[in-house]
Amino acid sequence: MCRLFAITSDEPLSPMVAFEALDVMREGHDGSGVGLFLRDLGGPFEDMKDAPILSGIFTENGLKRLDTFMMNLGFMTKYKLPIKVSKTPPSGVPKRDIYLIRAYEYPEEWDGLSQPELYDRLVNIRLQLREMGKAEGDMMVFSFWPDVIMIKEIGEPLKVAQHLKLDRKDIKARVMMAQGRQNTNYAINLYACHPFFLQGFSTMTNGENTAFIPIRDYLQSRGIPGYTGYQSDSEVFTHILHYTLERLGLGIEAYKHIITPLQDEDIAVHPNAGLLQHLKQSCRRLIIDGPNCVIGCLPDHSLFMVQDRKKLRPGVVGGRPGRYAFSSEICGLDAAIPDRDKTLDFQPMHLDTAIVGPNRQEVAVCRQTSPLPLPH
Amino acid sequence: MPSNIPITPSTLSVKDLPWQIDWNKGKCTLCGQCTAVCPVQAIELGVFRKRCINLSPGFATPPENTMQLYYGIRQKTDTAYSCVGCAVCNLVCPNGAISPCRSDETDKLVFHRDRGGLPRSRGGRRNVPGTVLDQIKFIRISMLTDPALDAGRHEFEIRTLLGRVLPPEENLKFIRQNGWIPPVREIYPLMIGGMSFGALSPNMWEGIQLGVAYLNEELGMPVRVCTGEGGCPPRLLRSRFLKYVILQIASGYFGWDEIIHALPEMKEDPCAIEIKYGQGAKPGDGGLLMWYKVNRLIAAIRGVPAGVSLPSPPTHQTQYSIEESVAKMIQSMSMAWGFRVPVYPKISGTSTALAVLNNLTRNPFAGGLGIDGEDGGTGAAYNVSMNHMGYPIASNIRDAYLGLVTAGMQNEIPLIAGGGIGKSGNIAANAAALIMLGASGIQIGKYIMQAAAGCLGSETDRCNICNIGRCPKGITSQDPRLYRRLDPQQVAQRVVDVFLAFDMELKKIIAPLGRSTSLPIGMSDALGINDYHISKRLSINYVV
Repeated sequence: MCRLFAITSDEPLSPMVAFEALDVMREGHDGSGVGLFLRDLGGPFEDMKDAPILSGIFTENGLKRLDTFMMNLGFMTKYKLPIKVSKTPPSGVPKRDIYLIRAYEYPEEWDGLSQPELYDRLVNIRLQLREMGKAEGDMMVFSFWPDVIMIKEIGEPLKVAQHLKLDRKDIKARVMMAQGRQNTNYAINLYACHPFFLQGFSTMTNGENTAFIPIRDYLQSRGIPGYTGYQSDSEVFTHILHYTLERLGLGIEAYKHIITPLQDEDIAVHPNAGLLQHLKQSCRRLIIDGPNCVIGCLPDHSLFMVQDRKKLRPGVVGGRPGRYAFSSEICGLDAAIPDRDKTLDFQPMHLDTAIVGPNRQEVAVCRQTSPLPLPH
Repeated sequence: MPSNIPITPSTLSVKDLPWQIDWNKGKCTLCGQCTAVCPVQAIELGVFRKRCINLSPGFATPPENTMQLYYGIRQKTDTAYSCVGCAVCNLVCPNGAISPCRSDETDKLVFHRDRGGLPRSRGGRRNVPGTVLDQIKFIRISMLTDPALDAGRHEFEIRTLLGRVLPPEENLKFIRQNGWIPPVREIYPLMIGGMSFGALSPNMWEGIQLGVAYLNEELGMPVRVCTGEGGCPPRLLRSRFLKYVILQIASGYFGWDEIIHALPEMKEDPCAIEIKYGQGAKPGDGGLLMWYKVNRLIAAIRGVPAGVSLPSPPTHQTQYSIEESVAKMIQSMSMAWGFRVPVYPKISGTSTALAVLNNLTRNPFAGGLGIDGEDGGTGAAYNVSMNHMGYPIASNIRDAYLGLVTAGMQNEIPLIAGGGIGKSGNIAANAAALIMLGASGIQIGKYIMQAAAGCLGSETDRCNICNIGRCPKGITSQDPRLYRRLDPQQVAQRVVDVFLAFDMELKKIIAPLGRSTSLPIGMSDALGINDYHISKRLSINYVV
């Protein structure tokens, strides 16, 4: 079972906040991987919110190939965040050549592209790089998106953070998600490391997705290039989120209705019974069977948490206006926001979606039995 | 045997028959019940003459011969009256003095079952025991990182969809635009497949309907039953119970005059309409109700004269091609109920099933596809059709499902698998395997006859005389003297037992796999088999 931590704050925070929270929950992860998602960045990235940032791990040769590839496309490097690591990594952490965090200028010929077109192209580039890296084993790309940094590595989270020297002024973010991994796949693979990211949507999950294969088959057959990968059974949660909000035009309140629909007798008395019945039927292949706790981030920087239908995984949200955190365990929350009113901590149950919006003023709880905002 | 005994090529001894009657003179009470009850008159009163040698003590007088008589049971050797092994004689015998025994070698009767040039026809299933489904194991047990679920205590939703499901984007668009959204029924994944009123006795039919109504109304299990091709009793057509019924139309259109005339008086829509194009037990052959069973009641419901054989043609005669047939029939049937009732075709398992399926994917009115594998049962078919024709259901369903996955339509056209499900008694395991291979629903027929009414038929050619209407249990007979043996209430009780037990067994399979919220359709990672070639063919795990 993995441990999850996410935080959203008015003030940009150091990633160490997240790593320290994971560290107090260390019984729940085994050093098989850690992933960090940073968004709404502070530091030098504050002034380049529109520039797409490429995050990944490269060999020397991979970096050369990357440069050639990006130059051919017309991308110019705008800013590089150098990460210098010691020659001998701590035990359990593999030796890498380059951890890359690099912001790009868009090619000139991309000027005037519509946003959907632009976003599709960004995804295609990331997928191409991933394919190139798979062929040669010289690059791994985690995200290529404006205002988003993604770091993944094998090893014990705090050791990885110290190794990468992440406690520095120029890496700060207002929204962070981090996962300390307990390996449930057969091989340890960085692409199986949460959080997962697609076109502004990111999720991380605690637990195994027993309905993975039928869901994967369904997503792959949607004809959407970004619905690929699936080194982890949890990647489908990100794509279902993307599908629900982007393709179906529904709100985050509907996400839980897709992955864990109400039973028929509850739908029958729901104010949106007709819509929900249709969603349950037409999205039947996206129903998860848990046990899962999903924490995710939306393009508008909202954070949310949902639980599976049986609520078999731990998860708590708490904080104070201006700073809220989501954590697998209360001790993680205590480590990150000790000065909160603990009586307001909320553990979402089987019907709840807990959302902290972009203004970070409160935890909104949407129960599945409540009316849905109409599709927009 | 005198050397000049008249023998013909088909003269057989008892030893040459598939079943030999073992009769115990010492136990027999001569009550005659066995001879009365034998459905094929294979046994009769025998008067036996026996020589007795009387010896006097000390040989005071020379030994004497006397001829004595005794009465007992004689087994007929005429091929028309050969024992079918049903063992009803044993059932009725107060002393257990009689029972059929299977021959220790392949019988010779098999070469003579074509008297008058008419090949053997019979009821039952393909005479091959076992199925590949029995070999499939469920291997993905949730351990360690995730707990297995509790089949007894957790919440389960064992339901499937019947009808055309739109892709989510289109569904939402049609809701917004108030467009036509195809009807979809949320039902229990195990259905009772088409067994006609006519093939089954009135008591059996009534028992099944009673059981299904009880499951729905008292236990909240939305079980559905298909009529088969033989129409539907007028009162049922006009009752609220019609919503639990799938009306079948097949190439003979039997009973449809009655159904169409009942349309204006229907209180409820039927669950669905099944258009039968083929049947797993006799692929490419039409339905057959032999004249023995066409009494006045059956004739009235089907709209035909009594006492004539009713062979349905192999194809729907009003159409020239399956494409045209499917499109037109589906549309006509949809229209008859105002597009409120799902309509789907059922075909026999075949290597061309994918072509049919591809056709359906382009027909927005197609509500599913039933595929009936080679192990399916029937009330009457030629032996050769049953034993040698058809396609196994496992790979047929798998190919169809993977075809839908390629097209991205795996949620849109439900596949309903039938044919020999549970033929070895493992109904839940067989059904779960098919669901994980890609079936949305499962149809059973013969299993219900066996489990709910005590059908004696087996895959080793026991009984199998459903076709001549002499069913010793009264299941497939239209003779009141036979079907009064079957109490509809008791059949109903057994139907309920079967479904409740199935439900628990299915939970015991899917709960350890960590599944409960939705039916694990296409969850092939859970399946394993210890045969390499089968594993490759079905794209499941090879485990040894």
